[in-house]
Amino acid sequence: MEKLSGAEMVVRSLQEEGVEYLFGYPGGAVLHIYDAIFQQDKVKHILVRHEQAATHAADGYARATGKPGVVLVTSGPGATNAVTGIATAYMDSIPMIVISGQVRSDWIGDDAFQETDMVGICRPIVKHSFMVRDPAQIPEMMRKAFYLATTGRPGPVLIDIPKDKTAPHVKVPFEYPKKVKMRSYTPVTRGHAGQIRKALEELLKAKRPVIYAGGGVISGEASDLLTRLVRKLGYPVTNTLMGLGCYPATDKQFVGMLGMHGTYEANMAMHNADLIMAVGARFDDRATNDAGKYCPGATIVHIDVDPATISKNVRADVPIVGPVQQVLDDMLNMLDEHGGQPDQKALARWWEEIDGWRQVHGLRYETNDDGPMKPQQVVQALYKATNGDAYVTSDVGQHQMFAAQFYHFDKPRRWINSGGLGTMGFGLPAAMGVQFAFPDATVACVTGEGSIQMNIQELSTCLQYGLPVKIININNQALGMVRQWQDMQYGGRHSQSYMDSLPDFVKLAEAYGHVGIRVDKFEDLAPAMEKAFSLKDRLVFMDIYVDPSEHVYPMQIADGAMRDMWLSKTERT
Amino acid sequence: MRRIISILMENEPGALSRVVGLFSQRGYNIETLTVAPTEDSTLSRLTLTTIGDDRTIERITKHLNKLIEVVKLVDLTEGAHIERELMLIKVKATGAQRAEVKRTVDIFRGQIVDVTSSVYTVQLAGASDKLDAFIGAIGETQVLEVVRSGVSGIARGEKVLSI
Repeated sequence: MEKLSGAEMVVRSLQEEGVEYLFGYPGGAVLHIYDAIFQQDKVKHILVRHEQAATHAADGYARATGKPGVVLVTSGPGATNAVTGIATAYMDSIPMIVISGQVRSDWIGDDAFQETDMVGICRPIVKHSFMVRDPAQIPEMMRKAFYLATTGRPGPVLIDIPKDKTAPHVKVPFEYPKKVKMRSYTPVTRGHAGQIRKALEELLKAKRPVIYAGGGVISGEASDLLTRLVRKLGYPVTNTLMGLGCYPATDKQFVGMLGMHGTYEANMAMHNADLIMAVGARFDDRATNDAGKYCPGATIVHIDVDPATISKNVRADVPIVGPVQQVLDDMLNMLDEHGGQPDQKALARWWEEIDGWRQVHGLRYETNDDGPMKPQQVVQALYKATNGDAYVTSDVGQHQMFAAQFYHFDKPRRWINSGGLGTMGFGLPAAMGVQFAFPDATVACVTGEGSIQMNIQELSTCLQYGLPVKIININNQALGMVRQWQDMQYGGRHSQSYMDSLPDFVKLAEAYGHVGIRVDKFEDLAPAMEKAFSLKDRLVFMDIYVDPSEHVYPMQIADGAMRDMWLSKTERT
Repeated sequence: MRRIISILMENEPGALSRVVGLFSQRGYNIETLTVAPTEDSTLSRLTLTTIGDDRTIERITKHLNKLIEVVKLVDLTEGAHIERELMLIKVKATGAQRAEVKRTVDIFRGQIVDVTSSVYTVQLAGASDKLDAFIGAIGETQVLEVVRSGVSGIARGEKVLSI
């Protein structure tokens, strides 16, 4: 049998798993692995400028492709810098493998140079973690890591490897396991047929139904099935922030995003529903408002691959534990066999009511011909300039909500944002990962002048690899979402939410070797967008100055029900 | 309500810390915890007691089941079961008290396992409330040191927790 060193086995295992890109940053504890990377060309290593960006880039790659993202970092600060990105992936159930170097095993526990207990630090933010104790364990651990990260509810898996376990002179027989079996891990592969039938009966009985679909539909590759089911039934469908794109947003049955900044009609439909079918969604607090006042008249069907999610925040009347794809497939088949029809009369009345709600707010905002541009206008211009067909990553804050509200995603895996952890600094490195996966695709990063500065060093990575990402910097010179809360709840006291001494982003982009465009007036917006997107092989940094006083509406009122919303600065339900 | 959760898990480094970490991470309490390898050295048996309503316990058991190293678990309090805890306790025993302590130990069917001129070391096994009752009977002022093992439990009858 072939004999390899631990370092060679790490790289060979990645090849065996078909890994295209490895996002990382070298350091002492991983030098043996980097030497093994140097001596092959199957797995391409992408050198980022900060380990957090390595994890976000791998994360963006995973979200856009469905394949696991892979990260390599050194021990100590290299590993701890990756922690935010690991937590981001964990909260959004993104498959990711993180290989971290560790000090040599006989130094562990001695507070050695660049030593951190990475397995300990990551315990609450990984699906599982391994520490290599013997180089011979590496192939099996790698196989298990990929298996765990990508099956069941996906998530990040950490492999911590002490430096001596990768030493080039210690060679052990290498065979990559084809299959892996773990007696303690058996993800559910089928939802209970009886429960699916029960859910279908509830669906057909309903007079005011809503389908509430989340990120699990995207990661479970079930968007087509969901779309078929929803169209067949003729029911309204809403998406969570993570679910956007799993149902075509331009379709008439789509009522928009729900939750804290959801549409009026989505939140009203939820509150007044007599049946809610949650598919791959987790009743997150941003999607439910006060769980105690949640949708009082609704029977709740909950489909999720993770049993711990079901009845965690809101009790399910019909729980179905299983892969969304298989459950929806079975449900569609049963619907065909069943031959049953929804109550068309009741459904017509329900749509009439929903269409009425659609007239109430309709994501309206005020524009001012003489005043500053509105951030919503920027997202609308982006939507137009890209024909609604771009991959859009975002950072976190007002710009993220405007992008979610005004960029209508018709396909899954196009909207890439940190929904669960809400990580500022996610957008640019995530866009890099997407651009690596799809070199010819249009990739836009919607960000703000606060978020972009949290990983702005990646402009250098973008130049090195020629990534033509388009950065849409919605610059309101303030931490907009913080400022909005301070306006609404803290008497307008803008404590530390201003952004003073901003850099000249155009010069900054140019200093990094890119193109910078500043836009101050609305009439310049569309032409500037057009110019930016015509530069196919250049990164363009669009610094767009907007109204600092704009708020995101609707906004649910804290501790209220789904229907309790602010609709503008002065109107509430 | 007090529950006894019994877990069969991989006997691997770090497995225990994941179980304990889960409780602190999600804000649940552990009242007692005991763990040791089983007759199959690749498996450990961990027994813990916790207090919570049905909903909390459901969440705890679901999250425990999600841990990769947990093979199987059972809430023993859901059915008939036997629970035992071992206590080693040092009790002041001088003068007239010596006979009184000895009598109490006999009543509780404990054993005196070590003796000095002023101290008895008593070993006592039983359900946790029996151990509490013994401490009550001796009187807290007489107690010098208490070491309790935490609860171990097993289902009654033919039910077996194994793989």
